[in-house]
Amino acid sequence: MRTNNRWWLPAALVAVALGAGPARADGEQFMPVPSYRTGPYAAGGTSLYGGFIDYMNLVNMRDGGINGVKLTWEECETEYKPDRGIECYERLKAKGPTGAAMFHFYSTGIAYAVLAKATADKIPLVTIAHGRTDAADGRFFPYVFPLITHYWSLNTDIVRYIGQREGGMAKLKGKKIVHLHHGSAYGKEPNVVFQKQAEKYGFEAKIIEVPAPGSEQQAQWLEIRQFKPDWVIVTGWGVMNPAMLKNAARVGFPMDHIIGNFWTGSEEDVEPVGAAAKGYISALINPPGKEFKVIQEVERVVYGAGKGNMADKNRVGSIYYNRGVLTGIVSVEAIKVAQGKFGKKPLTGEQIRWGLENLNLDAARIAAIGATNFVQPLKVTCADHEGGGAAKFQQWDGTKWKVISDWVQADKELVRPLIEESAMKYAKENNIPQRDCAKEKS
Amino acid sequence: MIYREAGQFRISYAADQRIFPISQDRVGMMLILAAAFIAVPLFASEYVLSALLIPMLVLALAALGLNILTGYAGQFSLGTAAFMSVGAFAAYNLQLRLPWLPLLVTFALAGLISAGVGLVFGLPSLRIKGFYLAVATLAAQFFVDWLFTKVGWFSNYSSSGVITAQRMVIGGVAFETPVRRYLLVLAIVSLLALLAKNLARSRTGRSWMAVRDMDVAAEVIGIPILTTKLLAFAVSSFYCGVAGALWAFAYLGTVEPQAFDLQRSLQILFMVIIGGLGTVMGAFLGAAFITLFPLVLNWLFHAVVRGDVRAGLLSQLELVCFGALIILFLIAEPHGFARLWQIGKEKLRLWPFPH
Amino acid sequence: MAFFVEVLVGGLLAGVMYSLVALGFVLIFKASGVFNFAQGAMVLAAATTYAGLVDRGWSGWAAFLAALGVMILFALATERFVLRPLVNQPQISLFMATIGLTFVLEGLSQAVWGSVVRGLDLGIPDTPLEVKGVLISKFDLVASATAGGLVVILALFFQKTRVGRALRAVADDHQAALSVGIPLERIWAVVWAAAGAVALVTGLLWGSRLGVQFALTQIALKALPVIILGGFTSIAGAIVGGLMVGASEKVAEVYLGPIIGGGIENWFPYLLALLFLLVRPDGLFGEKRIERV
Repeated sequence: MRTNNRWWLPAALVAVALGAGPARADGEQFMPVPSYRTGPYAAGGTSLYGGFIDYMNLVNMRDGGINGVKLTWEECETEYKPDRGIECYERLKAKGPTGAAMFHFYSTGIAYAVLAKATADKIPLVTIAHGRTDAADGRFFPYVFPLITHYWSLNTDIVRYIGQREGGMAKLKGKKIVHLHHGSAYGKEPNVVFQKQAEKYGFEAKIIEVPAPGSEQQAQWLEIRQFKPDWVIVTGWGVMNPAMLKNAARVGFPMDHIIGNFWTGSEEDVEPVGAAAKGYISALINPPGKEFKVIQEVERVVYGAGKGNMADKNRVGSIYYNRGVLTGIVSVEAIKVAQGKFGKKPLTGEQIRWGLENLNLDAARIAAIGATNFVQPLKVTCADHEGGGAAKFQQWDGTKWKVISDWVQADKELVRPLIEESAMKYAKENNIPQRDCAKEKS
Repeated sequence: MIYREAGQFRISYAADQRIFPISQDRVGMMLILAAAFIAVPLFASEYVLSALLIPMLVLALAALGLNILTGYAGQFSLGTAAFMSVGAFAAYNLQLRLPWLPLLVTFALAGLISAGVGLVFGLPSLRIKGFYLAVATLAAQFFVDWLFTKVGWFSNYSSSGVITAQRMVIGGVAFETPVRRYLLVLAIVSLLALLAKNLARSRTGRSWMAVRDMDVAAEVIGIPILTTKLLAFAVSSFYCGVAGALWAFAYLGTVEPQAFDLQRSLQILFMVIIGGLGTVMGAFLGAAFITLFPLVLNWLFHAVVRGDVRAGLLSQLELVCFGALIILFLIAEPHGFARLWQIGKEKLRLWPFPH
Repeated sequence: MAFFVEVLVGGLLAGVMYSLVALGFVLIFKASGVFNFAQGAMVLAAATTYAGLVDRGWSGWAAFLAALGVMILFALATERFVLRPLVNQPQISLFMATIGLTFVLEGLSQAVWGSVVRGLDLGIPDTPLEVKGVLISKFDLVASATAGGLVVILALFFQKTRVGRALRAVADDHQAALSVGIPLERIWAVVWAAAGAVALVTGLLWGSRLGVQFALTQIALKALPVIILGGFTSIAGAIVGGLMVGASEKVAEVYLGPIIGGGIENWFPYLLALLFLLVRPDGLFGEKRIERV
């Protein structure tokens, strides 16, 4: 016997899987939670998805759901790997009375792999702060939403912040800035925009790669010491982050001239280094802390009733936890917008896509949620699936993060043409028609 | 009683040399193929096809390749994923730059390019043996990883280095739906498995096994070690290259070097060892076990332990269970599933008699 | 010139850290012929136990002893439940079993202690020392001293004590050792416990560099080129190999890297080891295999 000897096994699995599984009440909106709680990124993943689940619980418990429609969810472990991600996607996409609402994978590799499938299945793929940057051009990526801020906008935010600190963008001329990045697709993303800004503002750019996973950076930091840059921008992830800080301390590079991106500045990254990292700056799309009304509500309602998802309550209010709450806020608001058009009932992925595309979080709405200063104003349109583009900056004082700036806006003039160029190249390669946004106004 | 040879006479050498000389075996094989080609696409859900069967088949193909190298020729290799990576990128670039090439020719060429690379990295095997060779093949793993991340030409200068595989079109028929992709993968894998089985039974296969058992003695009786070992590397890398191309085109839809990292090489090595070294069926059994078992565990845990158990804890416990089961299985049957199957068949020959 | 010395010294010191990890591999391979893939997971488990206990308020020494105890228990359990049933099986099955062990250890340590990243403060300051314009890390110096100390202890153990001699006998020939009356099981338990202790020290040093997190398991990969260069069965080889790998890696990254494109650190040591293997197929100091037909 040569080929698939256990052909009955998948069939048996399907049969039992259909039979087992909790009974789903009609009238509930299903949200898949493709988390990663094992492996090298488990610390971040646990907090991220913990915050997400806690916010959904808050909405259910305090408000009775979204206009009466309760949220239900199911977790699936992706281990941050594309093949497990696809398996989770296929498993969860049709659950619930109307199918999955949207997917948040928080993994660039998985997002790339699922992109075409989600578009074919008509389920929105929301890639906050990760994924395919050129999907910000919604004309070619109707079902992909790199909401809030993507890597290219973020890079311009960081350079603009550096300009602020130097006393104006004109002062950047002649300065030396290094981009130290993780040796992966994720790490390479900002290089294009970085080079373009170097041309525009006249600073000397140097790009240094740290081979994955990044626990060894001695050679790179010795190189940086030789180059004597004024600033170092870091696009790191996982174990590269504490290693980066340790090596920087070792060569004596001033911490307050290192700026990490929003995946390079969490408590998990800095705590192992402790006081030696004092002064280190990182970018963020959501601030840490519990002083925001929405986080306090989560603590009061959800943890008060003992239904909190985080085993370690000290993690409530950390960067990744708050990012999970931010995810929840954006998802719930998008569903609300969609319900406004399609009715207060469980919606399909296609309808929620409309909600995402017409998401307009203004200051008034943000205040009503209790998220002032927590989330930036967002306006998503057919052509712009990012909707925001700004970032704040925080500094490590030895024991915790302190926000040290207001929202810094992205350089949309520089970024948008690059996005459109990249998106059109993808569309040509794959024969994707261009949507006519003007016609679709509805 | 059912599985007997009595009454079956083989009256030609050709009949004697068949892969399945016993007619019950042939009938069984036909049934399995019919089930795989006809019944499964008809009855299996999209989830089963896209998320379970396709990856299992593609990895079985890679496991076949590694089995040829490690099981038949005895050269321990940890660079399988690197060769898959070469195949995937080669197929992408061929489709990109020579779009008029038919898809199957593209896959075959990608396999050949991968075979070439395998040949180069197999050269040390002439001097180095055992675990030293395994760690040396890791050089291939890391080098290929670096090459594809660093040199933009391979990924068509995309900003992130991740490329989207093109659609598969053969003779005007698009292979996009899960059923079509499954059938394409099944056809390619079945064909290559047949090829592997015949290779193993041929003179080449026998010289590989001779080299595996005692290469000095093999050289003494006149088997050319150089060409034998290098051929093993080349054929094995061909299989891995085609598997890599299929993984990118028929399963993931994207190609990035991170999909083919050391973890992947180790996973395929597990499949080969758990399935049974030196058997074609072992590759399939091992692939089925390694891809499906974690999901079975996952589903089992979820069904048994409902409610408020921390999701992270469940995942960790699944990992522990998986590891423990591997150890238990190795203790019970160190030669893998294929050996169990063989024992089963032997017992079936005698059934219902005990001996 | 000063820069070159700086890179070289940094590389040598980094190399000593690698040899620490390699020591664990060598110990086990020397005595039981098993390529212990679980060494990385042992480092993680040991470091996590230590850091978790310190988090709970235990003193450094108490936590150290407790973690040591856990590793010894693990060694005993492994010997009883994994090695004994798999005696005489081909090397590849044993390798596979250690991979199963890896999963078990990783899952257990993350399940018991959680996946939180913990810092490890060993009280060694990481401020750089400047000697004649060359930057040297204090931490690396302490680490090298520790590794050196460990090697001396292990070398003395193997040469001077009875158990050490028994270990060498077992490494030479299992059958002969058995026939002379050396208890194989106890020897294996001792060796795995020793490897566990080495893993604990490694975990402490690396954990204070990177934080105690899952990525510690990947340190094991750094040690592989070291052991193929130095030989699977030689402790001295682990040190020499480590120094060579560390130095060549850093120097190549800084000087060759910009020409080829940077990021070559990952595969350069393997290439180097490969080239050495072509000349000495059993590693620089490894046991020469004699094949008889």
